[in-house]
Amino acid sequence: MQSWPILSLVIWLPILGGALVSLVGTGRANVARWLALAVAILVFAVSIPLFTGYDAASGTMQFIENHVWIGAIHANYYLGADGISIALILLTTFVTILVVLGAWDSVKDKVNQYMASILILEGVMIGVFAAMDALLFYVFFEAMLIPMFVIIGIWGGPRRVYATLKFFLYTFFGSIFMLIALIYLYLQTHSWELSQFAALPLSATAQAWIFFAFLAGFAIKVPMWPVHTWLPDAHVEAPTGGSVILAAIMLKIGGYGFIRFSLPIVPDASQQFAWLIIAMSLIAIIYIGYVALVQLDMKKLIAYSSVAHMGFVTLGVFISLALVRVAGDKNAAYLGVSGAMVQMISHGFISGAMFSCVGVLYDRVHSRLIKDYGGVINTMPWFAAFWVLFSMANCGLPGTSGFVGEFMVILASFAMNPWVAAGAAFTLIIGAAYTLWLVKRVIFGAVTNDHVAKLKDINPREALMLAGFAAGVLVLGIWPEPLTHLMDASVRLLVDHLLVAKI
Amino acid sequence: MNFNLHDLVLLAPEDFLLGAICAILLIDLFLKPAQRGITHWLSLAALIGTIALILTDHDPATTAFNGAYIHDGIAAVLKVFILGVTAAVFVYSRGYLRDRKLYIGEFYLLCLFGVLGMMLLVSAGNLVMVYLGLELFTLSSYALVAINRDSGLSSEAAMKYFVLGALASGLLLYGMSMIYGATGTLDLAKIHELAAFAAGGPQSHQALLAFGVVFLVVGIGFKFGAAPFHMWLPDVYEGSPTAVTIFIGSAPKIAAFGMAYRLLEGGLGGMQPHWQEMLAALAVVSLALGNIVAIAQTNLKRMLAYSTISHVGFLLLGLANGTPSGYAAAMFYAFAYAIMAAAAFGVILLLARAGFEAENIDDFKGLNQRNPWYAFVMLMAMASLAGIPPLFGFFAKLLVLKAAIDAGMLWLAIVAIVFAIIGLYYYLNVIKVMYFDAPADKSPLVLPQDLPFRWLLSLNGVALLVLGLYWGPLIDWCYRAFSVG
Repeated sequence: MQSWPILSLVIWLPILGGALVSLVGTGRANVARWLALAVAILVFAVSIPLFTGYDAASGTMQFIENHVWIGAIHANYYLGADGISIALILLTTFVTILVVLGAWDSVKDKVNQYMASILILEGVMIGVFAAMDALLFYVFFEAMLIPMFVIIGIWGGPRRVYATLKFFLYTFFGSIFMLIALIYLYLQTHSWELSQFAALPLSATAQAWIFFAFLAGFAIKVPMWPVHTWLPDAHVEAPTGGSVILAAIMLKIGGYGFIRFSLPIVPDASQQFAWLIIAMSLIAIIYIGYVALVQLDMKKLIAYSSVAHMGFVTLGVFISLALVRVAGDKNAAYLGVSGAMVQMISHGFISGAMFSCVGVLYDRVHSRLIKDYGGVINTMPWFAAFWVLFSMANCGLPGTSGFVGEFMVILASFAMNPWVAAGAAFTLIIGAAYTLWLVKRVIFGAVTNDHVAKLKDINPREALMLAGFAAGVLVLGIWPEPLTHLMDASVRLLVDHLLVAKI
Repeated sequence: MNFNLHDLVLLAPEDFLLGAICAILLIDLFLKPAQRGITHWLSLAALIGTIALILTDHDPATTAFNGAYIHDGIAAVLKVFILGVTAAVFVYSRGYLRDRKLYIGEFYLLCLFGVLGMMLLVSAGNLVMVYLGLELFTLSSYALVAINRDSGLSSEAAMKYFVLGALASGLLLYGMSMIYGATGTLDLAKIHELAAFAAGGPQSHQALLAFGVVFLVVGIGFKFGAAPFHMWLPDVYEGSPTAVTIFIGSAPKIAAFGMAYRLLEGGLGGMQPHWQEMLAALAVVSLALGNIVAIAQTNLKRMLAYSTISHVGFLLLGLANGTPSGYAAAMFYAFAYAIMAAAAFGVILLLARAGFEAENIDDFKGLNQRNPWYAFVMLMAMASLAGIPPLFGFFAKLLVLKAAIDAGMLWLAIVAIVFAIIGLYYYLNVIKVMYFDAPADKSPLVLPQDLPFRWLLSLNGVALLVLGLYWGPLIDWCYRAFSVG
């Protein structure tokens, strides 16, 4: 199994495939589509051995590839994956197929460039999840921005230029402080290896500075309240595929960064400032939930709902830290981190599905405003069935994936403080409120206008795409065991590491 | 003073280039305008021959002409890049010059003389040699800026360049005279010993040396185009024919680095606390002014001029460290900048046609629809200048930042980064114009028939990506030149 450099393959196959697709030329759209689909499926197939070949019992980094990259500054091409990374890599490879399918007819202009951007973005994002060298991580982390900048800017809505510039400058601004922290850590250890960073003793002051540098990078990426304002703009203006990737995968990189960087490298500062993150997460969950309620634009509503749901991820991660450090409750801490991870994967499917659904409607009516719809179920029954399923998952209905992660995080919060749990549980109410109200206004009721009356139900391609998301939502909801088993030992290793003070 | 033949052997690359220039000068006299290609290819051959001579030279580090000429690894690396970049400039500018009736021998000869001056400058071992090399190079470039003598804009730019350049040379000479007064020698190695000694000596000597350093730094700042001594730079960039802008904007930055290194480290290493602060101040002002003013530009050449000023700020930040890793980082930055600037100006040259200068940012509207490949090359150049990973420019910035933080200048590094983010906006704006705006003229781009140009420009664009992904050998080379571990 080790003979094939699987991680390198899943990173570079899509990037080279994307370059190939772009060379097809703008004239031959169908060739570009089929080629992109073939590459996406091939990459997914190549990524499956990561799941089957991973020794989940040990939870360590596996599939290691380590080569000298730039000897002069000790940077290595160092890849590896544990259960946490593999779950996110599989999510990426799977969702990319659905994104390629979703863009089949809705993107008509410069199809080859669109597909190439999506594939290159896929490879770079996988690189983020697989990098164990901080410089390599940073390079992938930033390289992600260029394809996304282009995707929103070329194929986006009317205010796309404003949205994409805001997205780029905002995220670049945050991550550059992270770069300074990484350089500082490099100068202390003379290595860019994350494991070396994690083993380095640091004073409380240094930890605090590094913590806030990391926070700037990852909080903007997640995004956490109050630095979330780029997200609604980016989502509203992005083409459907861009929104799906943004919500389903790119936001997860922020959560992944907290788990992989903040917790192991600066555990003491993370503990010291956990209250801050917990407060910000609760504000995201409750306040942003209310903001979602009043939105008139479907995409904006789902974007705010994403911010609220990602609040669960940061809440789970930092609750666990507080638990394990203060109360010494390892089991609850383990539950919190696992819950955060399950929530990330589940939100990947649900938000991707919701944005795809909006994309299906937008392709037909060319409006994202809620008031332009009503009674869609009368003309699009199959579509309505999918939409209701995803909405239920978004509310966290038991039996869907949305329930599992939220439930685990709320359980963990309860171990720390019932009031935090109460605040977090509030999302079940407010989430149901804005989601179900959206369903009521868009799907149910009588047909409100001619556009809706003329709607045609989803075609087999769209059905396949939505069925892919639905499969993810249901499988995770009914039988999350394979996912939790995959991450179990890795999360335990992380929590054990957190017990060791570094000062 | 004794003269021996071995000294001339050490100078073999310069000897060869000088001989080649004289030969080309004579040959060009007998060529008809239709045969100008011969001058072009001979000039390229001269540059490539000189590179070959440097690369095959394995003599150990030594000096020639009683220390006036330094023969070492640093000089070799710098010269190879100066020559290589100039060769690229010749390939890029041929079609442009032909379209504008500027395809004349003088362009090549002046450039070659300038290159010779830069080579002497980076090898200079005493103050006279510094001045000699500098003047050989700058006099050639004044003439180059004015080469399109019928253009008012060019003449104005040349005049400004000449007056301010002469002023800068005067300041530099004045500083040199003070240093000479304080130490009694012109030899940089001896000044190095004496300056360290004088720093602990009588008060009057210290003051004299410190004033000398101030004037030298001002002179260096002028030559780099660092703010607040940058006034000539935007006008020269805008006013010169683009073929000249690309020459002035690329190789001389490498030479200026060499000059600063020879003077400040080679001669005045003992005064480092003095010039470190001055360079740091120049760096901050350059970063601030370059990045902020560039945002307001609508002329691409002018925007790139202000962007140059900000890049010089980064370069000075590396120099200000005064550590070998800082010098190596600054040198790497100079190389990276030259390669990036060559790509950016190369695309401007590609788009320019007879009677049409693609100088305004609006001329790049919708380039992606008209020609996706060269839009991609420009994308690479802009993203690299902006310092976005995984492109080459990011790693140049990374090394400078690393050296700065290592030397305890954390706040400077943060200032540099904040301005880099501000600077990001105007580079992104060019990408926005190329990719997101609709073209005014939807027809596919008419490409020049000049295949070497197109191939080299494509290679240049791809190199920004490839060197970004794998820049180990290049940085090893820089580090080895400064014997950094």
